[in-house]
Amino acid sequence: MLQPWAIALVSLAYLGALFGIAYWADKRADAGRSVIANPLVYALSLSVYATSWTFYGSVGRAASDGVGFLPIYIGPMLAAILFWVVLRKIVRISKANRITSIADFVGSRYGKSGLLAGLVTVIAVVGIVPYISLQLKAVSASFGLLTRYPDVATPAHATVPILADNAFWVAIVLAAFAILFGARHLDAAERHEGLVAAIAFESLVKLAAFLAVGVFVTFGVFGGFGDLFGHAAASARIAPLLTPFGKVSYADWTWLVALSMLAVVFLPRQFQVAVVENVDEDHLRQASWMFPTYLLAINLFVLPIAVAGLIRFSAGGVDADTFVLALPMAEGHQWLALFVFIGGLSAATGMVIVETVALSTMVSNDLVMPLLLRYGALGVSRRADLSSFLLAIRRGAIVAVLLLGYGYFRFAGEAYALVAIGLISFAAVAQFAPVILGGLYWKGGTRAGALAGLAAGFAVWLYTLLLPSLARSGWIAPSFVEQGPWGVAWLKPYALFGLAGLDTITHSLLLSLLANAGAYVLVSVLGRPGPVEQAQAVAFVDAMRRDAGPIRVWRGETTVEELRVLLGRFLGRARADDALAEYARGRGVSPDALAAEPGLVEHAERSLAGAIGSASARVMVASVVREEALGLEQVMDILDETSQVIAYSRELEDKKRALEAATAELRAANERLRELDRMKDDFVSTVSHELRTPLTSIRAFAEILADNPDTPADKRQKFIGVILKETERLTRLINQILDLAKIESGRAEWHTEALDLGELVREAEGATDALFREKSVRLSTEVAAGLPKVDADRDRLMQVMLNLLSNSVKFCEPETGLVRVRVACEPGRVRVDVVDNGVGVAPEHHERIFEKFRQVGDTLTDRPQGTGLGLPISRQIVRHLGGELWVESEAGRGATFSFTLPTTGSGRREA
Amino acid sequence: MRDPSTVRARLVALFLLGAVLFGYPLLAVFNLPGTVFGVPVLYAYLFAAWAALVALVAMVVRGD
Repeated sequence: MLQPWAIALVSLAYLGALFGIAYWADKRADAGRSVIANPLVYALSLSVYATSWTFYGSVGRAASDGVGFLPIYIGPMLAAILFWVVLRKIVRISKANRITSIADFVGSRYGKSGLLAGLVTVIAVVGIVPYISLQLKAVSASFGLLTRYPDVATPAHATVPILADNAFWVAIVLAAFAILFGARHLDAAERHEGLVAAIAFESLVKLAAFLAVGVFVTFGVFGGFGDLFGHAAASARIAPLLTPFGKVSYADWTWLVALSMLAVVFLPRQFQVAVVENVDEDHLRQASWMFPTYLLAINLFVLPIAVAGLIRFSAGGVDADTFVLALPMAEGHQWLALFVFIGGLSAATGMVIVETVALSTMVSNDLVMPLLLRYGALGVSRRADLSSFLLAIRRGAIVAVLLLGYGYFRFAGEAYALVAIGLISFAAVAQFAPVILGGLYWKGGTRAGALAGLAAGFAVWLYTLLLPSLARSGWIAPSFVEQGPWGVAWLKPYALFGLAGLDTITHSLLLSLLANAGAYVLVSVLGRPGPVEQAQAVAFVDAMRRDAGPIRVWRGETTVEELRVLLGRFLGRARADDALAEYARGRGVSPDALAAEPGLVEHAERSLAGAIGSASARVMVASVVREEALGLEQVMDILDETSQVIAYSRELEDKKRALEAATAELRAANERLRELDRMKDDFVSTVSHELRTPLTSIRAFAEILADNPDTPADKRQKFIGVILKETERLTRLINQILDLAKIESGRAEWHTEALDLGELVREAEGATDALFREKSVRLSTEVAAGLPKVDADRDRLMQVMLNLLSNSVKFCEPETGLVRVRVACEPGRVRVDVVDNGVGVAPEHHERIFEKFRQVGDTLTDRPQGTGLGLPISRQIVRHLGGELWVESEAGRGATFSFTLPTTGSGRREA
Repeated sequence: MRDPSTVRARLVALFLLGAVLFGYPLLAVFNLPGTVFGVPVLYAYLFAAWAALVALVAMVVRGD
């Protein structure tokens, strides 16, 4: 019925169709209408996670452990929830640095270290080999089973020659397709639109095939879930599978969840589709629920199929890993069986193609090229065009990885179930977790720490998982596992240091991650990172900060032409020119005017990184750039830049403080202006009040005179006398107001000259003589001999003296009144005291009497005896001349008004 | 889309919820014989919790 050649033909036709899809998608991409630029395709491409392991192996696992197969999918489902939080950062970093693989990512993070990238590559290749062999095993087993249709029994293992082994041919065909898909030509960005489209399509095919079997078995063979699980519960052999905990330990379950959580991001193929092939960061958001939904759908029928297989083949003889295919065959549905086979092929080819493409990129960029470049073998560093050479390395790497996979399958894989093989690979890539997660969130991780961590973890993994798996298949003496090497029991690989009782995977994972993370952290904190490491650490850890730009630590010299030649060797002449032109456009200069500045060197390095990986790119660029070792001077420069930034921010803070101070000053000034404004209002209203008082009395008397022409002469004389007196008062008031305004505004004219104060006092005495006589107040004057002269305006100072003398007369009792004037010399100044024995001034009024219009006493009952402006004006004058005017007095005990003036040449301010 | 940090915080919260739903004490609670609508209890629980969690994630990232 189903002839081997027919099955092979259908398989090849399917692969051909796949290639057609890839070709079509590539063409669309070239035309600018990408088919993979949507989140659904992205989520489907992530589903390359579901391989033959899922398609065939899960049922095999479920047949022994019930839901024990599920942690492998629960982990990714949980990890997917954090895609937007964690994976987005990785994608962002990878885009900014043109990261092409997980090895590149790790190498780049720790100072663009070639050694580290190489180590990651070795771990990835060695770790993935069992996983590849799993796919080969699944495809060849399903192929063999299908050709024996309708016989479903699993044949006993027999060694056949390699050329007669269909797994070998499967490996060859898959290698050819992987090369066709992923290594046809060189791409600067290392992105493969066609590949991703084909993978997404394969995800649909495998899901459809698996759901078809599931529905067929559940509803076709059995009468729905109730019927199926009813049969299961009735069987003493199957019923325990429905409550598997106890057989499956919670610890193992938890570790498997954690392990697969790491694997879904750190498997090289997952990193390839999730990070390198990502076209839009925003797809991660939708993928965080679409991808788990896919996983849910493809796992829904695993347990029903496993249970159905156990019921249907209760006689045994059929490998549970093949139930998916065997069930439709046993029921005689050969077309469904063929569809299932194609579904399984989809799962396997998707994984193999992406995995080998990712690994070949790593092998060529991070392992072979750096070695060749470093040691100058094969004349690599002199070849003009290396792009075809690069391609040859990649193709060789693809073939080599698949052959290694075949080798592992042939010599070790037969002894294991599918899932057990896959888990060995998972544990290997889990070793990347500490250095990547640590590198994303901890700036302190160093290159040495990463190397130590990876090496330690990888060594433990080799010893506790890979070597025992080889021992089991007879390549190493079984006693190695059972008694430990040389019979040393505590070195037994499955119970290292006596840690027994755990599942082998859990055991290995626990110890290897402990060694890995421990060494990573310990070596990191003990050592010190170099400048490039520090720069990369900052660029990675702070990648999500909006202002994080690439930090330049380039110090070197080159020419544009040298860069152009270098790029040309790896990318081809035309693409090299494009790359330079692109940079020129970005800088807004013409391509001919480019200078070999650090930015251009960096751009060249990034362009090159797309083709040969960041570590190799760094080596190559360094070969044309006379890069000076980062000496003390350069380090000082970098420090300088940093301290400049710090200085800038300090300056900003200073400015801010200055601004705050200025604001406060302005506020105070504003407050003062308001105060002055209020004072002005007060002043105006006081002045008008003062003016109105004499005006009112003048008007009143004038009206009386006008209304009564027959007023007696003596009365008329008296009234006119009052009017005259009030008018004088009014004139005096207005003069004084004008005077004060002039002095205050600084517009008054000053005629300063050297004056003898004693002379001035005597003049004032003469001028007020009449006043004193009138009130019968005595006046005595004492002037010290040899007074120095003072700088003052004679008229103004006279005004002060007259004011003080008339004031003192005013407040003295007639007959008993006595006013004494003393002029004395003090150091640097001359002091004048006017002492009276009048009513005095209460201490609380000492300052108030110098305010304008302020007259002490009850203004309602006492007639005002002055204008209230004399003292304020006097004080203004004395102050203007550089002296001070004040009063000392107590109520009822007389008052002493004193002022001082600096002597000529004593350094007072210029008037 | 809400404030980015809110979305992130909710996703982390859902992740923790998932870790609890699919972790030790709860799994032991549902490790029972018997069926719900013909489906074994543990099996039904795992997939129902899975579907609910995915629905919540979808709601958060779509900003509904």
